[in-house]
Amino acid sequence: MVKKWSERIYLGVIFLFLYLPILVLIGLSFNNSRSRVVWGGFTLKWYASCFTDETITGAFFTTLQITLAAAVISTLIGTLAAIGISAMKRKNRSIMLGATNIPLLNADIVTGISLMLLFVKFMNLGFVTVLIAHITFDIPYVILNVLPKLNQANRSTYEAALDLGASPAYAFYKVTWPEIKPGVFSGFLMAVTMSLDDFSITFFTKGAGVNTLSTMLYTELRKGIRPELYALSTILFLFAFLLLLVMNRRSDKQMTAGSF
Amino acid sequence: MYKLKKQFLAGPYFIWMIGFILLPLAFILYYALTTADGAFTFSNIAAIADPVHVKSIVLSLKLGAICTLVCLVLAYPLCMILSSFRFRHQSFVVFLFILPMWMNFMLRILAWRLLLSNNGIVNSILAAVGIGHIKMLNTQTAVVFGMVYDFLPFMILPIYNSMVRIKPETLEAARDLGAGSFTVLVKIIFPLTLSGIISGVIMVFVPALTSFVISDLLGGGKVLLIGNVIEQEFMQGTNWHLGSGLSVVLMLFVIASMALMNVFDKDGGGTAVW
Amino acid sequence: MKKFYMLSLPLAAALFLGGCRGTADAADADSNTLVVLNYGKYLEPSVIEQFEEETGIKIKLEEYESPEEMYTKFTAGSISYDVVCTSDYMVERLISEGEVSPIDFSGFSNYQNLNPDILEASRIFDPENQYSMPYFYGTLGILYNTTMVSQEETQSWNILWDDTYRDSIIMQNSVRDTFVPALRLLGYDINTEDDRELTDALALLIEQKPIVYAYYVDETADEMAAGNAAMALVYSGEAAYAMELNDDLSYSVPKEGSNLWIDSWFIPKRCTHRENAEKFLDFLCREDVAMANFEYVCYASPNQKVVDALDEEVKNDPTIFPPDEILENCTVYKQLGIDTTERYSYLWKTLKSE
Repeated sequence: MVKKWSERIYLGVIFLFLYLPILVLIGLSFNNSRSRVVWGGFTLKWYASCFTDETITGAFFTTLQITLAAAVISTLIGTLAAIGISAMKRKNRSIMLGATNIPLLNADIVTGISLMLLFVKFMNLGFVTVLIAHITFDIPYVILNVLPKLNQANRSTYEAALDLGASPAYAFYKVTWPEIKPGVFSGFLMAVTMSLDDFSITFFTKGAGVNTLSTMLYTELRKGIRPELYALSTILFLFAFLLLLVMNRRSDKQMTAGSF
Repeated sequence: MYKLKKQFLAGPYFIWMIGFILLPLAFILYYALTTADGAFTFSNIAAIADPVHVKSIVLSLKLGAICTLVCLVLAYPLCMILSSFRFRHQSFVVFLFILPMWMNFMLRILAWRLLLSNNGIVNSILAAVGIGHIKMLNTQTAVVFGMVYDFLPFMILPIYNSMVRIKPETLEAARDLGAGSFTVLVKIIFPLTLSGIISGVIMVFVPALTSFVISDLLGGGKVLLIGNVIEQEFMQGTNWHLGSGLSVVLMLFVIASMALMNVFDKDGGGTAVW
Repeated sequence: MKKFYMLSLPLAAALFLGGCRGTADAADADSNTLVVLNYGKYLEPSVIEQFEEETGIKIKLEEYESPEEMYTKFTAGSISYDVVCTSDYMVERLISEGEVSPIDFSGFSNYQNLNPDILEASRIFDPENQYSMPYFYGTLGILYNTTMVSQEETQSWNILWDDTYRDSIIMQNSVRDTFVPALRLLGYDINTEDDRELTDALALLIEQKPIVYAYYVDETADEMAAGNAAMALVYSGEAAYAMELNDDLSYSVPKEGSNLWIDSWFIPKRCTHRENAEKFLDFLCREDVAMANFEYVCYASPNQKVVDALDEEVKNDPTIFPPDEILENCTVYKQLGIDTTERYSYLWKTLKSE
């Protein structure tokens, strides 16, 4: 009994540690003062005004576009790449994986600047360059999520399906896909998360007038962050949180119904 | 034959990799090995031996190691507890840990500043219960704290994943054969989660080694990590050649630490995150 | 698979909506636009709208934090900015690098609104007043909390070395600003290129580091407003912002002298919409526009018409408009030679790694 309680307390402390700053920010979104250190009473006005401010909605939509486009494209390229890599011989595979690790291991600022040096030589900075940069650092997360699932998957089932006359596409859909699906899904989610959170790389590769929420926040630091941004972040966070809850509830139901 | 065809699926990525990973890297290397006039030089690489740079890289290695250790010590028992819950959906646990990232990173670190500052929330609570005032912000401890906060999920997820893969039967068998809890932990659980631990250590140590934003925001500009030096060379000193040279050195450190970890990792899954 | 759709559908909808916006923006991209590069929050948003309405020119605003960062983006050369606002020494640097083209002020109808004294002071970085147009100016000084520090104490930079204020002093996280108090205390010129003088200043700063709470750039105002520190080295504009948040705060420029900064507009050589850029600068000089910007930014305006229209109280506020006796002791930064710049960068690293 004591063990169980101490386990729970430990779990609680860790989650408090991870979520405490988020609670603070949610609190700030209701603060009726522009300063982040003075409490000016409770208000909901930032939630109303965050949708009317054009710079904020502009940055918000750019963020969504970049994040989602980058996540979708990198999930596609990354999943295909993972399938390809898993079929490679050991030597080629380690070369590919080595290169894949580079964006993960480089300091963000180095990745950002090296991409900027490249873009400046060949094209104009703008929306597209940010998108390319995001895809570049998203792909490794997808590959590293999908590859282990492919390695766990039973290869001979796929080949058996082919031998039994299934077309490669059908065999993939029926045999391989169900096995790697969770990996693809978490890869996609990681890609979304990483894009959403990135600052350094976006900062160096963006063109004039292109702003994501992160780069906008950065220029706001000097004269105080607009409270609308706390409100918007809270909405974004709660959206993700609700989605997560619903998904978990649904998969619970599916499971009890035995459909898995 | 199937295999050959399959390999071509990596084609688009291969092209992407050459264009946007290897080519930019070549640019950095070029800058690292030239002077402002374009002449070949090793001085940007050799600059790491400068006492100021040595100090900052030693500090980075030290704080990175402490951060990794703290993450490991916090994460391992946590993962044991989590895996004993046997969630129906493992991905749910994964999401719980990456969910905080949906709140902008800079905002979260700013929130910690509010919590830890001299007149901050934590100090007010400490004062209220009579412990008094502790200076927390703008110290090396604060920087490590911020790193642990930011990178802990990267330690938890791989360890948790390797832990849920252990079949309950294996543990039962060990107990039936008379192994105590401690023996089970050391002889069974630990070896089976080793590759997860190694992934976690790399995933935490590497970003900790290269970070510069956390040390700026929570260290109050008083803690100079090698990442800060590189940032300064690019952003303030505008000496891109020196910045590139130091980045190349930093990359070598990263590769070395990975190689070191891979020695322990026999099944080659070290780079897999989850 | 189902859960995957659930996530992707609303997201795809958002993407689609966003995409529509994107294409609409792209359509009128290059026709009649003006790419403006400015410090963050340094232009009243309604002024931009007003300009767009009056002239039909679409403004693309790009913001940055520090002059060095601006330099990195500017020299990378991938975006062709039409008009840029930055600080004195950076203007000088870009002029010397041949990046700036002269402005034809003869076509301006509001140029005469500018205060001749400030134009005179600008000559230190733009000798003929032909490349730049002053936008705001101010000083570097001490923002202090009157409940912790007395006004007399802040008349000298010495207070920043006072051990009684251990962990209550905020310095600037930028190298030249932090060197100013040390150089002035030693009686040296803030534009010195003498290695011995710089090394002396460094020794003084290393001695100070243990009692410094933090080296901040952006967060100083909020930290001071929260009462987390007793005093801070700040620009007058930031001081004004902090004093608005907390009545206990006050600002002073020590008698040893300090830095006078002038943020100015210039037109880069690579500008592609020169006519629009000059229209924009002329527009900024107009009294109502300059007034709107002044009320938004709260830094000293070089626009004489604005100053004349202000209440006595604001006009005589030493925090916003530095009095003449203070200005006499203040010097504008000069762009330093490449060797000194690198030396500064190295000294800075040395200080930080102590």
